[in-house]
Amino acid sequence: MAELTASLSQSVPPGAGARFYVRDHHPEHPTMLGFWLYLMSDTLVFACLFACYGVLGRSYAGGPTGADVFDLSTLALNTTLLLLSSITYGFAVLQIQQDRRNGTLFWLAITGLLGAGFVGIELREFAHLIAEGNGPQRSAFLSSFFTLVSTHGLHVSFGVVWLVTLMIQVAQRGLIAANRRRLFCLSMFWHFLDLVWIGVFTFVYLMGVLP
Amino acid sequence: MPVGLDLPQLIFGRLTWEAIPLHEPILLWTFAGVALGAVAVLAALTYYRAWGVLWRDWITSIDHKKIGVMYVVLGIVMLLRGFSDAIMMRAQQAIAFGDAAGYLPPHHYDQIFTAHGVIMVLFVAMPLVTGLMNFVVPLQIGARDVAFPFLNNFSFWMTAFGAALVMLSLFVGEFARTGWLAYPPLSELAYSPDVGVDYYIWSLQVAGVGTVLSGVNLIATIVKLRAPGMTLMRMPVFTWTALCTNVLIVVAFPVLTASLALLALDRYVGTHFFTNDAGGNAMMYINLIWIWGHPEVYILVLPVFGVFSEVVSTFCGKRLFGYASMVYATVVITILSYLVWLHHFFTMGAGASVNSFFGIATMVISIPTGAKVFNWLFTMYRGRIRFEVPMLWTIGFMVTFVIGGMTGVLLAVPPADFVLHNSLFLVAHFHNVIIGGVLFGAMAGISYWFPKVFGYRLDPFWGKCSFWFWLSGFYFAFMPLYALGLMGVTRRLSHFDDSSLQIWFQVAALGAVLILLGIASFLVQLVVSFVRRESLRDVTGDLWNGRTLEWSTASPPPLYNYAFTPQVHASDAWHDMKQHGYVRPLDGFVPIHMPKNTGAGFILAMISTVCAFALIWHMWPLVAVSFVALIVAAIIHTFDYERDYYIPAEEVARIEGERTRWLSAHG
Repeated sequence: MAELTASLSQSVPPGAGARFYVRDHHPEHPTMLGFWLYLMSDTLVFACLFACYGVLGRSYAGGPTGADVFDLSTLALNTTLLLLSSITYGFAVLQIQQDRRNGTLFWLAITGLLGAGFVGIELREFAHLIAEGNGPQRSAFLSSFFTLVSTHGLHVSFGVVWLVTLMIQVAQRGLIAANRRRLFCLSMFWHFLDLVWIGVFTFVYLMGVLP
Repeated sequence: MPVGLDLPQLIFGRLTWEAIPLHEPILLWTFAGVALGAVAVLAALTYYRAWGVLWRDWITSIDHKKIGVMYVVLGIVMLLRGFSDAIMMRAQQAIAFGDAAGYLPPHHYDQIFTAHGVIMVLFVAMPLVTGLMNFVVPLQIGARDVAFPFLNNFSFWMTAFGAALVMLSLFVGEFARTGWLAYPPLSELAYSPDVGVDYYIWSLQVAGVGTVLSGVNLIATIVKLRAPGMTLMRMPVFTWTALCTNVLIVVAFPVLTASLALLALDRYVGTHFFTNDAGGNAMMYINLIWIWGHPEVYILVLPVFGVFSEVVSTFCGKRLFGYASMVYATVVITILSYLVWLHHFFTMGAGASVNSFFGIATMVISIPTGAKVFNWLFTMYRGRIRFEVPMLWTIGFMVTFVIGGMTGVLLAVPPADFVLHNSLFLVAHFHNVIIGGVLFGAMAGISYWFPKVFGYRLDPFWGKCSFWFWLSGFYFAFMPLYALGLMGVTRRLSHFDDSSLQIWFQVAALGAVLILLGIASFLVQLVVSFVRRESLRDVTGDLWNGRTLEWSTASPPPLYNYAFTPQVHASDAWHDMKQHGYVRPLDGFVPIHMPKNTGAGFILAMISTVCAFALIWHMWPLVAVSFVALIVAAIIHTFDYERDYYIPAEEVARIEGERTRWLSAHG
């Protein structure tokens, strides 16, 4: 745990060196900042995809519009699952803070199931669209729609794989410092994807069905 | 086609014997040369039993110093490739007039100018500046390594394997013929159906992942690992420029990743982002790629501004003039560099107000840049200037870069740009700032920090030869291009009808030959310096009478950089320590916490490259296998919790004791 606490030890070596060096220096662990920076870079990937959707979102090329293809009731279910999964991850974090391994694992499992459910529904929606001939090749609108939404979906899938891996590691080694750090990184990742989804939900789906 | 499974095609995709360019004598001879060289290197490694050393001490090393060295070596090796492309183009343009077709068919010439641009920017300039930052930044801030040492190793190998993919395209298949930014619709499947653009996309994607991660790594390093007392406004200017550069990397490279991913989707899935039909918009790619591309040139030039700042203040024996204004100028350039991308295509026709905004924003950048030039000049003013090789590069830079900056401001005027767009004037301008800025800066940095890296300095005679050949070669090679551009000659032409232009191209070819001599002198310098290393030895670790912390430790620095973390009191920390009568600590050492070497970065990067190669050649089963392998390998790596160890206090005492004896023996 010493590495997590920002201990800036100023214990001074004896003699003339006192002005020039510190004997034992433990800088703060940089992982949280590093992961935050990675998320910022990922934000820019999504920003580009949103921008593309902004430019191409009405280029239907004679094909269907958003109002024709979006099914808002599936979407409501989908969104509910993802938002709930953020809350359940929050419950997992509460368990971590109380140092309860089994409680953590339980809430992580719920989170993972909700995430997998979200991906499953999204895949069904995609399969349905493609089966009707409205795949990403149909028009620039559908290209940008599929790319933005599936990039988010890929992130969630990756998050689920990561979550399962972490569950195994927590089960094996318990809530040690390294595992806590990883759980907090995944927590940031998970909430970040939630935020992106709120953008997708509003900007793509809700505004897409407007006339 | 008979129905059924075509097994070879399933496994090898588009890759057939046709892809090996047996019919192109130039490539065949190059391949023979490269193959012989590779065999010689492999034989030498085996003969000297160096495989184990190579794997243990270099390939798997997470030491930021060694990774920095490997980046610079990669940059120099790729410089030889990129320059071969350059001199081939110069030779072609010098002879291909009227009836003479030259020796390069357009099909080949187009690959050469594309590869030249991609290699020089992404695999020469980027590794050189990243290498310098990797080596120098942790030392300058008094840290023991970067924030994420394993990630650093992985980043390097992703960059190196990206470069390897570009090199591979020389002998297996071909490279893009689209120009270095692969504009659609030319780069779309309809007009570039072969593997060239795919090599381009995947080599940049592989290297780009490495670059973003190394950007994240260095920001976290600078923000979190500075020695106590080193406030932001006490950081060395090189560290400041490195910080701003890496911020730019983290905000710019994801845009490259996204734009290339969209282009890849167009080519692989059949989407319509940039196609001419079904609502696609090619100009969107050009906007996106320059939203990365313009910050990219500042990513290259900001660190070398830092190099010049260190060099000027060291070799004038003075504090840098206007430290605070230097920092603010760097930050302002960082922000503005993100707001000017559209000046690369004023001719898109966005309208007068949009073009005016971007034109003015571009011109505004010259103000902080000009402030920097004046700061360097005022540092020299009344300084005791020592004209060592790094200082020569710096003075050469100041003169040359100002010219390049002025032609840049000319190009920033939209009406002028309508005339000069895509002309050789533009080509001369960006070579003026990239050679005169980035390359000169990298050379200054290499000759300045070389003694710190290897413990002996570079031979000054050959260094001066290299400098003068490069400087004069640059002017001979690119001043004629300014003239040609003003006469209306456009870029990327492999043949000319108007023979009155030929003399200009012949002068430019002479310039390329001079630059060749400059590169050769540099290589000779490396060998001569190694042979004469005893007489060029840096005994004290502070050869140049430096001012920043890296000069306070031994040359080369011990594995742990500093036995004790320095306590910083002023902006030129080491100068301040010397002023206050610093004495090396001789006892009281404590164990030092260090990260362990790992082969995981190399293995992950290698699997990524296999996946990229399979994608290029449409080997779908291999794509699937390597992608799964990549994920599995990454997961396995996360199960390794034993990633660090302690260097015992006795070992630290032994290393420091050796240095004490060495210092007294040579004192």
